[in-house]
Amino acid sequence: MKKNAYFGLYIVMAILLVLPFVLPNSFYLDLAIRMAINAIIVLGLNLLIGFAGQISLGHAGFLGIGAYASAVLPTHFGWHPLLAMVAGAVVTGLLAGLVARPIFKLKGHYLAMATLGLGIIINIALRNEAAWTGGPDGMPVPAMGLFGFELTSDKYWYWVIALLLSVSVWASLNLIDSPFGRALRALHGSEVASQVVGVDVVRYKVAIFVLSAVFASLMGSVTAHYVGFVTPNLADFFHSIELVTMVVIGGMASVYGSLVGAVLLTALPQALATFEGWETVAFGAILMVCMIFMPKGLVPTLAAKFGKGD
Amino acid sequence: MLAQFLQFLFSGVTVGATYALAALGFTLIYNASNVINFAQGEFIMLGGMLAVYFTQAGLPLPVALVLAILIPAIVGILVEKLAIEPVKGAETVTLIIITIGTSLVLRGLVQVWLGKGTHSLPAFSGDEPIQILGATLLPQSLWVLGVTALVVVALWYFFNRTLQGKAMLATSFNRVAAELVGINTSWVLFMSFAMSAALGALGGILVTPITLTSYDVGIMLGLKGFVAAVVGGLGNGLGAVLGGLLVGILEAMGAGYISSSYKDAIPFVLILLILFFMPRGLFGGKSTDRV
Repeated sequence: MKKNAYFGLYIVMAILLVLPFVLPNSFYLDLAIRMAINAIIVLGLNLLIGFAGQISLGHAGFLGIGAYASAVLPTHFGWHPLLAMVAGAVVTGLLAGLVARPIFKLKGHYLAMATLGLGIIINIALRNEAAWTGGPDGMPVPAMGLFGFELTSDKYWYWVIALLLSVSVWASLNLIDSPFGRALRALHGSEVASQVVGVDVVRYKVAIFVLSAVFASLMGSVTAHYVGFVTPNLADFFHSIELVTMVVIGGMASVYGSLVGAVLLTALPQALATFEGWETVAFGAILMVCMIFMPKGLVPTLAAKFGKGD
Repeated sequence: MLAQFLQFLFSGVTVGATYALAALGFTLIYNASNVINFAQGEFIMLGGMLAVYFTQAGLPLPVALVLAILIPAIVGILVEKLAIEPVKGAETVTLIIITIGTSLVLRGLVQVWLGKGTHSLPAFSGDEPIQILGATLLPQSLWVLGVTALVVVALWYFFNRTLQGKAMLATSFNRVAAELVGINTSWVLFMSFAMSAALGALGGILVTPITLTSYDVGIMLGLKGFVAAVVGGLGNGLGAVLGGLLVGILEAMGAGYISSSYKDAIPFVLILLILFFMPRGLFGGKSTDRV
């Protein structure tokens, strides 16, 4: 690992430490928390898209499984929120593995199709099973508690999520430089070549897909507890697209790009709210312009321009 | 029993024809450029919405319909010129995001221009249902099926009997080889976008008197058209048509016999099963990859 590999991480941590003291009000604190949650999901998704070269168009579905596990299991069955969160992640992991194994034996972008289908099926199920999920209106989520201490204030949430984000960045940086990460990058470069040097392509792809799905599920649970309410919109196709867009705009295969993408695209709807009615057009146009002029994403493009490594 | 089955079959085949036209659109663009055009559904929406707009503006139906096909075709060409051509050879993920951005722009513009309301179009030749063995068939369904069949025959003729069609086919097999024998492959790309958009719009217009339309119908119609294209073996024209009909029929049967609230999930369950058990689609041939 390069000597200054953690330099960016220290900057991220410094920003996270200072942020709550400079943010003017709770609106911005809430925005910062949602940015950080998205950043963690996008870090996981970027491992899949940027490093393994596979696209998932159904990641919001996995997010939905986690979120609804945290809502349904404690409400209807009296499970402890932490146990519900783990259960959601386990179910997501199993489902992702089950779907991915046959798909990754195929060439090309069939994973996009399969994940798209899976995401839509999950979303339709959440909308239809109203007795359990509250249907299209959604349902409230009980508060997350640990050792008799309940996470209710945004201040506490901020520190928990800031910690999670720092750990995720640290873990991603290490993963990329581990033998596992090298294998992933190799198979993105050339699958055949990496097979020749002994990389089990299918196993690695399945592993990274399951990992990123579990990331999404866990953060779905966190989102559910933080917001205190879940709706099926959390799991819809458009949200999956938003997540992929965060990865691509920030920069594929770039850890800090993931953060930038998540921050920008979480803020974008707020910024666009002033263009009443034109939000969809503006969002679409920004996607197109970014991809046409910076197909590698913001961070890698800027890094190349200023001659610095990522 | 039979009457009910026939009723589901009729409605399935009718919607299936729309999916078939959308799937043909996906296939054309995929063959010309390897791009999966996620904006295909918006052309279906554009066709229906423009037809509604022009007929409400007082234009005679045939004129309105021609305009509602021509304008989406021009939009398709613009999309190709402005968004796809500048990024030739980009990664698949990049291209997917660009077409998704395009679909958002088109949907958003129609929403701002024509509002969020649901619209209908008068049926082309009356609403008097035809009785067949106890089931009813709308005259508009016959329009949908008849025109789709005509389009399929015309496309077959185009690709097998005309120089332009053969040039497009040649490009889909091997772009470099096509260029070497003097085929203008940018023209092929241009044509495939215009034709896909026109096909999508046509499907949208035909089905609007039956299923209604609004600014956001393109998402589901487009995704189901994509499913149909993959079911038929991506890149295979005949497969796309059969895939469309199959998806439509299964959806109608599932909605009728199993659960109508899970109607929209059926095509996606189908695609997962097909990817697991027959990954080249039902009608896709074998292929080998060069390393």
